[in-house]
This record gives sequence, structure tokens and C-alpha cells, in this order.
Amino acid sequence: MSHRRILFCAGTGCISSGALKTRDALVSELEKRGIRDQYEVVLSGCHGFCEQGPLLIVHPEDTFYCGVQPEDMAELIDEYLLNGRVVERLLYKDPVTGERTSDHMKIGFYAKQKRLVLHNCGVIDPENINEYIGTKGYEALKAALKMERTAIIDEVKRSGLRGRGGAGFPTGMKWEFTFKTPGDKKYIVCNADEGDPGAFMDRSVLEGDPHAVLEGMIIAGYAIGADEGYVYVRAEYPLAVKRLRIAITQAEEFGFLGSNIMGTGFNFKINIKEGAGAFVCGEETALLASIEGERGMPRPRPPFPAISGLWGKPTCLNNVETFANIPLIIREGADSFASVGTERSKGTKIFALTGKINNTGLAEVPMGMTMREIIFDIGGGIRDGKQFKAVQIGGPSGGCLPAELLDLPIDYDSLTQAGAMMGSGGLVVMDENTCMVDLARYFLTFTQNESCGKCTPCREGTKRMLEALERITEGKGESGDIPMLEELANSIKDSSLCGLGQTAPNPILSTLRYFRHEYEEHILEGKCSAGVCRNLVTYHIDAEKCTGCRACTRVCPVEAITGDKKQPHEINIQVCIKCGACMEKCKFDAVILK
Amino acid sequence: MAGCACKNLDKQPLPYEKLDEIIVRYKGDPSAIIPILQDIQESLGYIPKESISYSAEKLGVSPAKIYGIVTFYAQFRMTPKGKHSIMVCEGTACHVNGAKGLGNAITDELGIRGGETTGDKLFTLEYVACVGCCSLAPVIVVDGEVHANMTPEKVRKVLKQYRGNGKDEEN
Ligand SMILES: Cc1cc2nc3c(=O)[nH]c(=O)nc-3n(C[C@H](O)[C@H](O)[C@H](O)COP(=O)(O)O)c2cc1C
Ligand code: FES
Repeated sequence: MSHRRILFCAGTGCISSGALKTRDALVSELEKRGIRDQYEVVLSGCHGFCEQGPLLIVHPEDTFYCGVQPEDMAELIDEYLLNGRVVERLLYKDPVTGERTSDHMKIGFYAKQKRLVLHNCGVIDPENINEYIGTKGYEALKAALKMERTAIIDEVKRSGLRGRGGAGFPTGMKWEFTFKTPGDKKYIVCNADEGDPGAFMDRSVLEGDPHAVLEGMIIAGYAIGADEGYVYVRAEYPLAVKRLRIAITQAEEFGFLGSNIMGTGFNFKINIKEGAGAFVCGEETALLASIEGERGMPRPRPPFPAISGLWGKPTCLNNVETFANIPLIIREGADSFASVGTERSKGTKIFALTGKINNTGLAEVPMGMTMREIIFDIGGGIRDGKQFKAVQIGGPSGGCLPAELLDLPIDYDSLTQAGAMMGSGGLVVMDENTCMVDLARYFLTFTQNESCGKCTPCREGTKRMLEALERITEGKGESGDIPMLEELANSIKDSSLCGLGQTAPNPILSTLRYFRHEYEEHILEGKCSAGVCRNLVTYHIDAEKCTGCRACTRVCPVEAITGDKKQPHEINIQVCIKCGACMEKCKFDAVILK
Repeated sequence: MAGCACKNLDKQPLPYEKLDEIIVRYKGDPSAIIPILQDIQESLGYIPKESISYSAEKLGVSPAKIYGIVTFYAQFRMTPKGKHSIMVCEGTACHVNGAKGLGNAITDELGIRGGETTGDKLFTLEYVACVGCCSLAPVIVVDGEVHANMTPEKVRKVLKQYRGNGKDEEN
């Protein structure tokens, strides 16, 4: 049989679900049969469909297997690899129709995506530069090095690319500013801090296609006249750091990085800086301070980094995904890039789908797709047949969108108008069991914790807002709390020094805008309909549903549940600590909240 | 609480050669304080107080500056960790999938809160914001290994495993 290629997804998600153990099992089974040399076993970057991991794909026919365990490997070899009989039980099963398919482009999760930036992720071995080159890698750099610098900048401007790291600032304009600032030393910085808890697209790009980011940075360096770059990577991303290191070494060996790049006399080197765990370091001026070895505190802008950045030199700072778009724009042309997307937001955006959704993972879609398509067609809808309530977009700086806005085409501007923001592109889907006041409290706890303390509105203001939210979720809210929150939120928004404080009130303002009744319910009726706020709920057993199986009495840590075998049980609410263990254990949904 | 744990700590002399080696690796460059501290922590498991004044002298900066950096960044710790490190993810995806219950279960079982270490030095509990496995939420990470789709009950089982192992190895 001819040489075949077996790809294991080795993104963090699949590794956590045991991909490496399955790979080892496959290799040892192949060895046992003496056919190891007929197969190329490759670890790829994230394929996006983390929910179904570990994933395995066989090329050239592109058969897609999911949930593969070590003990499945013998069968996979004997049935499929050697005899061409597809192992049905390892194929993806559509949750609605129950049909199985071996063609992953037919799976709802992939069918509606447009994987331009992610085209290599899950397809190539990210630790082998030859595979990147094999998919047109570094062709854009070759082309760019033959172009005028201003022509490159014009191309990026014409493409309409906007920054993927937060605010959506036009990338070409940022490059032009940095280009025009006089200076003999300039820097390129890649923001890979990815601080939004619930977003992991930058990590996946770095892990799955690190050369694309490097290529984007090198082109930027050439265009604006910088000879040095930094990638600032989040401390929690060791695999991304490792793959970046390998990629940098290989790019140097191949002459795409270092001095006299491809004989043009252009020099560029890239350093890696590992973050040390501070959300505010994602903010550009704080990030630069952190690279310089200082406490990562933001400073007022202007001057913008394009004028005075790293060590006071003109610095062009962009996000990982922004850089990863650059090779595509130069290679395929600005027009082709701009043919995708909406009037003012071009290209695609990668979203991280998480929360109470069936298909969690990474999805890249054209700008302008509706939330409904993303959540229901790609994401497969809400888990356990529950009702969609809202989706939080943009993390702690963003806001939520309710069901009424499911048909809103998503781009930078429509989101801002709706009180949310694109942010990094983290989408956390919530169902009827999510309490929106608790969600606002959660985000405020996060931002309050991460506030660097430099400016008063953010340092003190977030504290006061958090206190009010804690009061409300504990059932001690007062009727004046809502107007007070609104007033505080608006003034913190206007007066904070950096984006952290300016956006911290967003989760409160947007939940107040769309779910005000939940706040009122907590304050006026002392009720939490979602059943999340512990002080406002009590646990009970529905005597009709309880079979008296005793499962709950065994897990209750405080022995609050009594009742004879086969008889309906009861919870003593005086003793109950509301840990929820009984509810989780009960197979009959007999434990209810009131 | 059990007797004061500090008496055994910080008593070992600082491994000066190791510190020197790290500082030399960065050519004594004061702008490399963060990577230097990261390497010290990697090598010693924490940042001992004395290592701050020692590195300050070597780098020619004030101890206050280094202390300021150590306390600013969440990654740095000034007390040693227990044998097993437990990280509970508090990211958004984990939160909406019930991460709170996981933390409570651990506190219940071990009697420690975030940032604390058990009296027998077996476990340290920490809270982190997103470890990037949101699709497997809620997760906890024990000694670098991700445990996915956790429930309070599963967490108790995981702890039992490590407890068993820990004891076996020690006895
Ligand atoms: C509190 C805060 C956190 C941020 N975190 C990130 C981050 O994790 N990653 C990122 O790329 N940008 C982050 N940003 C946005 C950056 O400041 C900056 O705008 C962005 O990296 C610029 O790149 P772009 O133009 O390519 O989007 C953050 C901003 C603020 C205010
Ligand atoms: S939110 Fe827990 S892993 Fe991302």
C-alpha cells in the first residue's frame, strides 16, 4: 500500500483528552505488525473541534475519526488501514439525525466555516517548516521583499484588515504611522497575551501554524523599517512557546529570519517574552512596560506606541490573528481578501465557542455571519435541549447579546452598537440556568482583581460596583443599587486611564440593558430564577419523581437528606449547605430549586 | 490550624551558584528581571525572600523594585508549593459550567483555600483564569495534567488518587 499520512490533532484540547496516548498506541500497534514505515504519523495543531477530541484524520482520503482511544487503534489498523473498511463507531455522529459521516466537511461544525487563517491548523505539522512551505508558506514574504515598502502598506490598507486583538483599529493605518515616524530603530511586537478567559484562538494559531505569525511579523518589519520583533506570550501557554521557539530556529536556518534575509540586505530577528500572569499586560502600553522588565502598568496615550513605544522607539504592535492574516493578504491580494466580510469589517474572524453549547471549539467565519448561524449551525445549538438565553462576546470587556439579537450580522460596528464588542472573539453561550447578575458579578470580580491600581476610577470604582453586585446576588440588594450601578459604570467608563477600566463596566451595562428584570427580581422579590445565587434558592425533592434510590443521601456531605428506601426523600433546608451534589447525582431530576 | 509551617521553610541556605548561573544566563541585564525571576521560580519552586535582595545586588537595582515586580505578577509566589499543585480554572467557560462547585469541593476535602497549602504539604490550591481548554470545561489541572469535564464528585475522586500516590511514595 502506498505511503499514507495519519494526523493526530495535538492542540491543547486534544492532548488533554489523551491524544498522545492514542498516538503512542497507534505507533506501537503499527510496529507490532511490522508496517510502521508505510505510515507517516504526524502531530498537527488544533483542528478546532475540541469537543470531539482526540481527533484523527487519515490522508489522502481525509477520513475523519473522533473520540479515538488507545484501545481503538488495533481495530482501526486491521479494519480500516489494512482493509479499507471504515470503523463506523468512531465516525462523527450527528446529534440530531444520528447519521455518521467520514467527510468532515459535511459536519455542520465545519460546513459553514471559512477557514482562511486556520487553513493550515490541523493540516500541517507545525514543527516542520517544510510543511508550511509546502502550503505556499513564505511566498508572501518573497513577494513582499520585491515590493516598495509603501506598496505593502497600501495593500494592507486596501484590504480593510482591522486589528483582531480588541478595538479593531485599521492595521494598514497603524503600519503607516509607524513607518512615517522618523527613527533609526523600530520594533514590531506581537501581542499573544490572550488574557480573555474563555478565548483560545491565538493559542491555537501559535500552536498550529506558528510560521504564519512569524511571516506576518517579518513582512511588517520590512514594511515599516524595523529590524527586531518581540512576541509576548501568555505564561499559561507552554506549548505555544515551544512551537514558536522551534519555528524561529527553523526560519533562521532557512534564511527567512536573521541577517540579510533572502539576500536582500534586510535584517530581522524575533525574540520571545513570556508573560507572568497579569491581564492588564494585554493592554499595549502595559505590555511594552512588561517587556522592558517593569511592572506591567499602562500609561496614558498619546503618545501612541507608533510614535514612542518599546524603549521609547516607534513600535508597531498587533495581535496574533492580525499578523496571521498578513501573508494571506500579500499572497492573494487585497481585493481577494476584501471580497469576504461586510462593508466595514473585512475578512474572517475566529471565534472560540464555549459554554452551554453542543460543539465547543474554534470556528472561523466570514465577518457578517449572524450569531444564530454561529451558535446553532456551527455550534450545534444548546446543550441538553435547553433554551438559549444570551451569549457573552468579548470577555470581561465585552457584553452580552440576548435572543432578540441572534439575527444580528456580526462585525466590529454592529457589536459596539449593541453594547458588546468583538474583543478577542470569545463567545460564551449561556442557557436558562445562567444567572445574568451572577455573570456580571463574575466579570467584575475578574476585572477588579486585575485592575493594576494606577488610576482611581478603575481601582476604587470597580470595587464599589463589585460590592453592589455581591450584595444583590446575596439577596441584600437595595432599590437604589440599580441607578447607582448605572451612574458609577458610566463615569468609570469615561474617566479610567486604560481600556481595562474603560471597558470593565460593559458586562454590567449590557446585562442591565437586556436583563434588567433579573436584577429587579433579585432585589425586589429576593429570587434567582436561574437557581444560581445560593442565598436565594433552597433545594427540595419532588416527591413525585423521587424513587427513593438513596443515591443522594450517599453524596450529601452534611447528611441533610432523610427518607426510607423506596420512599420519597426530604431535604432538611436548615442543614443543607446548597452544594448541589444531590442534584448532580439524581438520575430522575427529582431535586429541584425553589 | 496545625502548628506554624514556616519553621521548616526558608531555612535551607540559598543555592547561590544556581542564582548566579541564572543571572549570568541573562548577562546581568536588569531589563531581564522577569525572565530571571521566572527561571528562579522554575528552579526553586518559589522566590525565596533572600533571593530578591541577592539578585537586586547582582543586577544593580533596588530590592524594592524586584519586590514590586514579584508582587505585581500573579505567576510569582514567595512561599514553596506543596507536592501536588492543583489549579482550578475560573475562566468564563468553566465558570458557567460550574467551576465554583469544584473549588468548594476541594476546600471541603482539603481545608485549604486559593493560594494555600495543606498542613502535610501535599497539596497547593490555586485559582487561574482560563488554561485554554475551555471546550472541556470545567477543568482542573493537577501537576500539569488537565482533568476535563469535572464535577465535584469527580474532583473528590481525583484528589483521592493523588493522595494515595503521594502517601505511597512517601512511606
Ligand atoms: C485590559 C486590556 C487587555 C487586552 N488584552 C489583549 C490581549 O490579550 N490580546 C490582544 O491582542 N490585545 C489585547 N488588548 C488590546 C491591545 O491593547 C491592542 O489594542 C491590540 O493588541 C492591538 O493589536 P491589533 O490592532 O492587531 O488588534 C487588550 C486591551 C486592554 C485594554
Ligand atoms: S475557561 Fe477554563 S479552560 Fe478556559
